[in-house]
Amino acid sequence: MTTTDQADAGGGRRDEVDHDTVPPARTGLLVVAGVLLAVPVVALLWVSSYSRVEPRLWGFPFFIWYQFLWVFLCSAFTYTAYRIVLVARPHRPMVDGSGDASGDATNRTGERS
Amino acid sequence: MSGIDGTALVVLVVLFLLVTVMGFLATRWRRPTSMESLDEWGLGGRSFGTWVTWFLLGGDLYTAYTFVAVPAAMFGAGAVSGFFAVPYTIVLYPIIFVFMGRLWSVSHRHGYVTTADFVRGRFGSRGLSLAVAVTGFLATMPYIALQLVGIQAVLEVIGLGGGSNVIAKDLPLFIAFALLAAYTYSSGLRAPAVIAFVKDTLIYLVIIIAIVYLPSKVGGWDAVFSAAEQKMAKPNPVDGKPTGAFIPGAQAQWAYATLGLGSALALFMYPHSITASLSASSRNTIRRNAAILPAYSFVLGLLALLGWVAIAAGTRPIGLDGKPNAQLVIPQLFEDSFPSWFAGVAFAAIAIGALVPAAIMSIAAANTFTRNIYKEWLKPDATPKQEAKVSKLVSLVVKAFALVFVLALDKQNAINFQLLGGIWILQTFPAVVLGLYTRWLHRWALTAGWAVGMVYGTWQAWSVANPRAGINHFGGSLDTIPIIGQMGYIAMTAFVINLLVAVVGTLVLRLAKAPEGEDETIRGDYFADAGDPRVEKVAQPIHQEAPNP
Repeated sequence: MTTTDQADAGGGRRDEVDHDTVPPARTGLLVVAGVLLAVPVVALLWVSSYSRVEPRLWGFPFFIWYQFLWVFLCSAFTYTAYRIVLVARPHRPMVDGSGDASGDATNRTGERS
Repeated sequence: MSGIDGTALVVLVVLFLLVTVMGFLATRWRRPTSMESLDEWGLGGRSFGTWVTWFLLGGDLYTAYTFVAVPAAMFGAGAVSGFFAVPYTIVLYPIIFVFMGRLWSVSHRHGYVTTADFVRGRFGSRGLSLAVAVTGFLATMPYIALQLVGIQAVLEVIGLGGGSNVIAKDLPLFIAFALLAAYTYSSGLRAPAVIAFVKDTLIYLVIIIAIVYLPSKVGGWDAVFSAAEQKMAKPNPVDGKPTGAFIPGAQAQWAYATLGLGSALALFMYPHSITASLSASSRNTIRRNAAILPAYSFVLGLLALLGWVAIAAGTRPIGLDGKPNAQLVIPQLFEDSFPSWFAGVAFAAIAIGALVPAAIMSIAAANTFTRNIYKEWLKPDATPKQEAKVSKLVSLVVKAFALVFVLALDKQNAINFQLLGGIWILQTFPAVVLGLYTRWLHRWALTAGWAVGMVYGTWQAWSVANPRAGINHFGGSLDTIPIIGQMGYIAMTAFVINLLVAVVGTLVLRLAKAPEGEDETIRGDYFADAGDPRVEKVAQPIHQEAPNP
């Protein structure tokens, strides 16, 4: 064990929390974060939208500087998504620590992050 | 280029010795009570915070071979096979952000060290877990070998390794790798974590200075781009088609997009990426890093452009054997354009840049062997101490093998296998990443999809000819995508086929009511964080379906 078990003593006092559930989240915010993460991927995979030379910027073809621009945009989008996700799904401590799921082999479908 | 560049060599050797000392001292860094477990030796105690992880992952993912090969591709073949590295390493991070937090959490709860550990626990399938482990191991081996190719390129430009005497020729490489092996053995993942600080600092320094200074020397960026455009438009003497792409034309857009996406999906399936990710101290460390790691992508883009700067500078990458070798283009550009001492710093950046990934890759391959082959199949009652011991030894074996691979065989073999490795490793994505979200896919269907993807990808890669290079097999990573009819990355085509087989197979197996494996994880495990307790493994094994001999 490298970590201590004392974090976040405030929440999860009640031992009846079923940890075999997805912790509650604000779906709307998760969707916003998802969109923020999807935009850079779509933008860069849509190659025909930027595979051209003009307009140049300081001599750099559009194709080059546009992709460099996305390095910064993607970083900003990802960081924003990170802040949103922290709010959207606060951590639910697993304090009671039972969590042993042996014998429960039923299907688990449809989990979302 | 004749004789040895003494000044550059001295600078290289001094910096190399510096990181060697740091590598050995790394055992004392955040000294653990005991190094004798995989969590300590192989994952640095799962204790790295945001900045250590940033340096470690940056040092791990952006390898020496990348630094040599990406500008070489820009120099030789243009934007499609070179600059795709930029969108690849951008779209990478939103993708990682989405699933790596879950993988970290479930691994924290259950003590998983490899993706195969997770697949074993999630699907209760030893076969699927073995498939994932073997794929990871095989894909990593040539990648380690290619780090040596990076070091070789530097040594060759300095003027070492030209002699006909086989031993003298490869001695420097041999010494470098022996030192690396020794401190990786003693310090584990702490060694590359410490060295990564030096590596990344040197890389940033060298590339930023080069990108500011060199273009002005050859007449500015306009001159760089027009030289590149001219060279790429020139018809190739073999087939009369243009040499390469200045920017991807209409015919090359699928290729560019699939290379970017396929490589991004594949990168974090490699054991060395997982090892560096799981060594993070919390779930959010990894997610924060997804936002700050693109800094390296920016530098990689600049480095790619240096391949075009070399065109304008008229760099002639000729090996010591007198043959042109595009992989020498960046070291040669530095040798030609900078004073010897600075060229030495640049060479050190590349050589040290090879050590960090080589160390992490060998640790990751060793962990995979230990956990998913040794403990799973050979010695199920191995103690954590024995696990660490086996892993340390295997890390040595893996490096020795890489050395033999590069020295004894044509290094083209290493390059071919690395190309295959990228295709193979992507075939583990459905089991690992989709497995983080759902158990709907049946373990046998996932195994079948993996097998079909592996065979298809290998066969396709084997059949790619490259008449310009005069080779009939493994001529590149692109081939016609069935149905779409455009050129695309073979790994992506194989991946889609893999998914189709997995989905159809699951439908069939569910109709036939095929037995499912047990899942040792619960939903909450995928959201756990550092403070949450680990699931203590009960004395009796959880999966009884196939007792060991």
